[in-house]
Amino acid sequence: MRRVVKISIGETVPAQADALFLQGIPRHRKPPQNAVSLFGEAAKIFRECAQPAGIFADISKSEFVDVYRGESLNEKRTPVAEIFRKADGLALFAVTVGQAVHDRINEFFEGKELALGSMLDSVASAGAEMAADAVEKHYFALLLKEHKVAESAAVLRYSPGYCGWHVSGQKKLFEFLRPAEIGITLLDSFLMTPLKSISGVLLVGEKEIHIIEDNYPFCSQCETHSCQHRIETFLQEIKSGDDQKTRSLLEKKDIEE
Amino acid sequence: MQILQEISEVLQSGNGEKVAALTKQAIEKEILPKDVLDKGLIAGMNIVGEKYRSHDLFLPEVLLAAKAMYAGMDILKPLFLKDGIPTLGRVVMGTVQGDIHDIGKNLVSIMLRGAGFDVIDLGKDVSPKKFVETARKEKARVIGMSALLTTTMVVMKRVIDLLRKEGLQGKIKTIIGGAPVSAEFAEQIGADAYGYDSMNSVDCIKRLMEKE
Repeated sequence: MRRVVKISIGETVPAQADALFLQGIPRHRKPPQNAVSLFGEAAKIFRECAQPAGIFADISKSEFVDVYRGESLNEKRTPVAEIFRKADGLALFAVTVGQAVHDRINEFFEGKELALGSMLDSVASAGAEMAADAVEKHYFALLLKEHKVAESAAVLRYSPGYCGWHVSGQKKLFEFLRPAEIGITLLDSFLMTPLKSISGVLLVGEKEIHIIEDNYPFCSQCETHSCQHRIETFLQEIKSGDDQKTRSLLEKKDIEE
Repeated sequence: MQILQEISEVLQSGNGEKVAALTKQAIEKEILPKDVLDKGLIAGMNIVGEKYRSHDLFLPEVLLAAKAMYAGMDILKPLFLKDGIPTLGRVVMGTVQGDIHDIGKNLVSIMLRGAGFDVIDLGKDVSPKKFVETARKEKARVIGMSALLTTTMVVMKRVIDLLRKEGLQGKIKTIIGGAPVSAEFAEQIGADAYGYDSMNSVDCIKRLMEKE
């Protein structure tokens, strides 16, 4: 199954706090008024010019082995290599918020509207993540509808360039997915155009398959450790449940009650 | 002088129109353009930079202040026509070949201009030859390179190798920055400095020039 996903602009307009966070403003701080005004203006422009689009394509585990191997430049041990074998569903995906947003950002910088250009850049980055969230949800809902996964399962995305998956993996990913259909192309350096695009693999399975420690050799160079935030979300969800699996997972992660 | 203090203060609040008006007034009062630049505009941006470092100001406020500074500079530029605007030195900036991410590089360029440097921004996807030829032709003292991918950061080494081949290494200093880049990588490829963010890059470039 290969499907283009319709994503509405409304689904991709980020919350103020998310965009301001990308501007370096911590979530717990009251944002400066001029930053709030800039966000309002940037969000309005984003609504006017964003062209969000998404695509995903199911992929078998044996096919994914080849895509994931890519140009044979991945780290020796990676989370994705361990997780995908336990997954109940795999799909390659790509999303974009379109070229027009990028063009507007450039226009603002060239016109010395630096603050607005930078804010629009943050809104577009956060918007691209939300477009990826929308495709994740769409894929998961489809699998649920077809009774291919349990409701207790979860879908998470992993992208070339992160967690030991070398960015050159984009080449085979693009060959398989063919996201040019929604306007995303790949440069020789494996960069996507439009710039505000995200690609990767969606892995669906029970939540515990996604639980990893951030102790891989490359984790020390990672600035975000965002995997641990995602896992924490799972653990909170699991914590609110009451089954044996929950308890064993909580014990495993040594979570204090 | 009170008016220079006022220029600095309104610049810090990001009020470009007021900066432009006060800059005009200062010139009419026959204050030297260089004093307006150094003690008004650059002094204001330096305070903005310090507040940004201490997290009392955030990026949007810094960029509004930078825009306000440009408003003042537009008034001063014609007055420096003969000798050009006095600067701390010339820096060639660019995102390396194969890479089209330029927000980070743009921010560094903005901060450098705010601190009083003359910046030649070559944009994105810049070849090693273009970096070196421009730096030589324009008598730049520093080349600043940005990359956001592990596949493009290797181009930084090609620039440094070309500088070495042309006998310019040491004469033209290099600084690198971008998400996948580190101080270790800078040392490994022979770069003179690594800037971990825009303000740090400005500090590094100041230090590189002081070393000369």
